[in-house]
Amino acid sequence: MSAHVNAPSRTSQDLSESITGGVGESPSRPDGNLKVRGDYAYSSDLGAEDMLWGATLRSPHPYARITGIDVGPALAHPGVYAVLTHEDVPGDNRYGLKIVDQPVLAEDVVRFRGEPVALVAADDPETARRALELIAVDYQVLEPVTDPKRAAHDPALPKLHPDSGCENNLVRYQPIVRGRQDVRADVVVSGTYTLGMQDQAFLGPESGLAIPAEDGGVEVFLATQDLHSDRKQTARALGLPPDKVRMTMSGVGGAFGGREDLSIQAHVCMLAMHTGKPVKMVYNREESFYGHVHRHPAEMYFEHGATRDGELVYVKARMYFDGGAYASKTPVVVGNATTLGTGPYEVPNVDIAGWGVYTNNPPCGAMRGLGAVQPAFAYEAQMDKLARALDMDPVELRQRNAVEQGSVLHTGQQLDYPAPVGELLERARKLPMPPERDPAAEPDIRDLPGGAANTTHGEDIARGVGYAAIIKNVSYAEGADDYSTARASLQAVGGEAVAMVHTAAAEVGQGLVTVQQQIARTELGVERVNIHPNDTSVGEAGSSSASRQTYITGGAVKAACEAVRETLFERAAAKLGHTPPDLAVVDGKLVSDSHGVLADVVEILGDEVIECTREYHHRPTYPLDPETGQSELVHVQHAFSVHRAVVDVDTQLGLVKVVALDCVQDVGKAVNPDAIVGQIQGGATQGMGLAVMEEIQVSDGLIRNPSFTDYLIPTILDTPPMKVDILERGDPHAPYGVRGVGEPPTISAGPAVLAAIRAATGLDLTHAPAGPDHITGTAG
Amino acid sequence: MDFIRAASLDDALAIKAQRPDITPIAGGTDLMVGINFDHTRPSGLLDLTSVPELAEWSESSGVIRLGAGVPYARIISELGEHLPGLAMAARTVASPQIRNRGTVGGNLATASPSGDAHPALLACGAEVELASVRGTRRMPVAEFFTSVKRNAAEPDELVTAVHLARATGPQQFAKVGTRNAMVISVCAFSVALHPERAEVGTGFGSAAPTPRRAADAEEFLSGELTSRGMWDDPRPLPDTVITRFGELVAAAAAPIDDVRGTASYRRHALGVLARRTAGWTWDEYLTGRQTCA
Ligand SMILES: Cc1cc2nc3c(=O)[nH]c(=O)nc-3n(C[C@H](O)[C@H](O)[C@H](O)COP(=O)(O)OP(=O)(O)OC[C@H]3O[C@@H](n4cnc5c(N)ncnc54)[C@H](O)[C@@H]3O)c2cc1C
Repeated sequence: MSAHVNAPSRTSQDLSESITGGVGESPSRPDGNLKVRGDYAYSSDLGAEDMLWGATLRSPHPYARITGIDVGPALAHPGVYAVLTHEDVPGDNRYGLKIVDQPVLAEDVVRFRGEPVALVAADDPETARRALELIAVDYQVLEPVTDPKRAAHDPALPKLHPDSGCENNLVRYQPIVRGRQDVRADVVVSGTYTLGMQDQAFLGPESGLAIPAEDGGVEVFLATQDLHSDRKQTARALGLPPDKVRMTMSGVGGAFGGREDLSIQAHVCMLAMHTGKPVKMVYNREESFYGHVHRHPAEMYFEHGATRDGELVYVKARMYFDGGAYASKTPVVVGNATTLGTGPYEVPNVDIAGWGVYTNNPPCGAMRGLGAVQPAFAYEAQMDKLARALDMDPVELRQRNAVEQGSVLHTGQQLDYPAPVGELLERARKLPMPPERDPAAEPDIRDLPGGAANTTHGEDIARGVGYAAIIKNVSYAEGADDYSTARASLQAVGGEAVAMVHTAAAEVGQGLVTVQQQIARTELGVERVNIHPNDTSVGEAGSSSASRQTYITGGAVKAACEAVRETLFERAAAKLGHTPPDLAVVDGKLVSDSHGVLADVVEILGDEVIECTREYHHRPTYPLDPETGQSELVHVQHAFSVHRAVVDVDTQLGLVKVVALDCVQDVGKAVNPDAIVGQIQGGATQGMGLAVMEEIQVSDGLIRNPSFTDYLIPTILDTPPMKVDILERGDPHAPYGVRGVGEPPTISAGPAVLAAIRAATGLDLTHAPAGPDHITGTAG
Repeated sequence: MDFIRAASLDDALAIKAQRPDITPIAGGTDLMVGINFDHTRPSGLLDLTSVPELAEWSESSGVIRLGAGVPYARIISELGEHLPGLAMAARTVASPQIRNRGTVGGNLATASPSGDAHPALLACGAEVELASVRGTRRMPVAEFFTSVKRNAAEPDELVTAVHLARATGPQQFAKVGTRNAMVISVCAFSVALHPERAEVGTGFGSAAPTPRRAADAEEFLSGELTSRGMWDDPRPLPDTVITRFGELVAAAAAPIDDVRGTASYRRHALGVLARRTAGWTWDEYLTGRQTCA
């Protein structure tokens, strides 16, 4: 069967545009103009002839037993082609990123409000929605498990995953101990810090199109962070070999971790294969809030001990992460939080433990800064508290304890690459301050807390400054074989040498398409580089997560291009008889310092295409010892950033205006300096959102604000101009020396903003986000 | 779902009389959200955007008749001097795109406790004009809001306009939200001085089931101003008066805890807004007098 797909052109570039620029320059994004013009096709813009629309029936209860499902009336509704339940899952009704524990469609129990129970395919979206209402599901409602601490420790609570093999409702417990455990310190500060549930708040809802294929397989067009991970899980659910499930990336409207788990993938394929027709699914905004994972909320107790002159003696921490109904990335959150839980500081004696649990709250999983965001709020609040207790400057305290190259972390890993945290702090301190507010001048209310809403004309405003320094791991850790695959080719087209790069690595807005082109231009010495649509016809790239793609897929593209270049040189040697050892390609020509221009690349190529595929694996990492948390090399690389926030707080109304949010970050090598500034500013905005306004409010397992009316993210009036100071201290282990960029600013921005609000108000503010009710002491 | 575009007010009223179930649509900025979320499934839509009688404002003998379909953007650009309180409220609504389409008529018909036009209309003592094939009537805006998201219009009636006096004294509007733009109010307050009547008007939003006046606070402040002879001989307002005014406004509130804020925060914040806006209006009154003198 073949259907005409009016699938958006999946190439990211308007080919009439010529963009140039290699590694270290800032060429424009190939998809930039299309996006600005509104011509860029996102996955929700897909369509095919004779297409049906899919819809999902979701559980209204956080925890219930299903005692019966009657699909009869829905199936009888005109325009309805299929109504499917768990009985119709052709393969294994289980999927999951790390632990395969989540049903494609619920069987006898639902574990969260919003869990998929049944699917409908119909002529149009409205008919599909109405048919959902005709499906009768009998629920026996159960008391939900909603307290993560009790979920970890209380054997009296129901076990939500009795087969998990873990104690109570634990997904992962990880302790890390190092040094002496009986040590005392001159000065001790402690606190309990909590973090609300943050949403990725991407704009493009979950969507995709599945088209049944003649060979019994299925073609899927979708937006995701990892095509091969989706394919593996989907094929398993469909009972198909992976090569029968062919996936092609369509425009991704943001991700931030929220597209790592399956959403529509298995469902839309089931409907397409069942009906024999193309089927499209698109969530609406409310459904999207139920249809993807969120950032783990956390409760964290921290205790820091230091000498009188400010040297850290010990850190003790107990952290709880609510993973909600299914495991998703909970194991990684626990691993990251515990291994990064001391912050970018040297601490001789450490006792850290993290618990990740199942509850009947919304499932939580990947989000930018995975597992590193939560402890950063705690350890940085602690560093400020310690500085106050010591009567010491908070930046100086941090510098005194900052890690550097050669430092040994509490996992036992030695940092064998630059770790210039002290320098980042020093540079952050020296960045120019925004001008003081002039109380005599007539203010523009948009510059004040409350902004356009006219709440203050300058009354009761206090300014505060706060710093935060953080550490984040880059790439997959704990022994995962982390790699990516790239296919590069070179051929002559119309008298010009043209390269093509083909990977499965997802462009989720971060600029990977640009970086791939830059690397190919630099390595192959040609201007025109086309990016092949991402699909599963090339090897795995891994996920666009963990700040890893420029490093890992960049490494693969570099390796593939180098192989193409080698082949080109061999052909040149064969054609020209002899080539000098310092041969290079520049501007489409083979040149050498000694012999000048030797030939045109086009001449050497003739009619032939040179194509090479290479994998890039980063050096191996090792798991944590389950009892001590020790590991020779748990993370392949660490990244560091420092933020300085300046805020004005209306102390009477508890409203905040972030006046400045400046960042210093080490990026190893700035492959695309403009894109890096964009990543840092965007990441900082997301971190600031978590500090002051972003929280999915959950009570009794129910989301109370599943919309952008009440889940607020910063507007431009909430977002200050941001200075960005980039350091390039190359990592000798990484291609070009790069260091992951995307996540660190998200982690350091929030704690810096909270520190500044504390400095302005003198309050403790142990919860993020700190809303007006916290700041005014009227929180319930 | 039918979509009917009315070409004139008579046309619109006739359709509404025939089909009282039909849902009017003006800017669509409230209604379409409900439709998109599938919270409402109207049997039909009656488009009012081509009805000339709703699209204009006019003034006669100091009273403005503001057509229900005049968008916020025009209120800001054309009525900032005539109706400063309402224009300030309009400036705080949503974003420029929404202000280009959203209307006071739609705000009133929705009758949400958080509608931003309401506190300003209450403080100005506005009247709502309702029309049907049976005729036209007017009622004080305070009586128009009957309960949460309910209003006093009959099924065959449309909101055609609001009537309010051109400002004779300073007016203010302030709204608390949890971000600095594009936010639904956690609470909002408006105050207007009416020197010609020696009265003070107030209105608050998002702190009771309906938008309300703070009548005790109005009486208190106008009483103080009158007994101290300050309407004619304005002097700085004593802090005690401003503080008491804030307390009375907070006391008039009957807020709840919800996703946007706690009841105790709302009550507290309303008091702060009342004190500040009262201070600003009085300062304007003082300095206005001084410059005239
Ligand atoms: C992103 C966003 C932000 C928003 N922010 C704010 C905000 O900050 N403050 C705020 O107050 N509101 C806000 N709103 C809500 C909305 O914009 C306002 O309530 C606006 O005033 C609605 O006017 P409208 O003309 O668009 O109404 P519509 O959506 O067209 O109609 C709203 C309701 O009124 C009825 N109706 C409309 N006109 C008439 C009439 N003449 N007679 C009888 N019934 C009628 C409709 O049937 C419908 O029930 C926001 C909305 C959005 C989408």
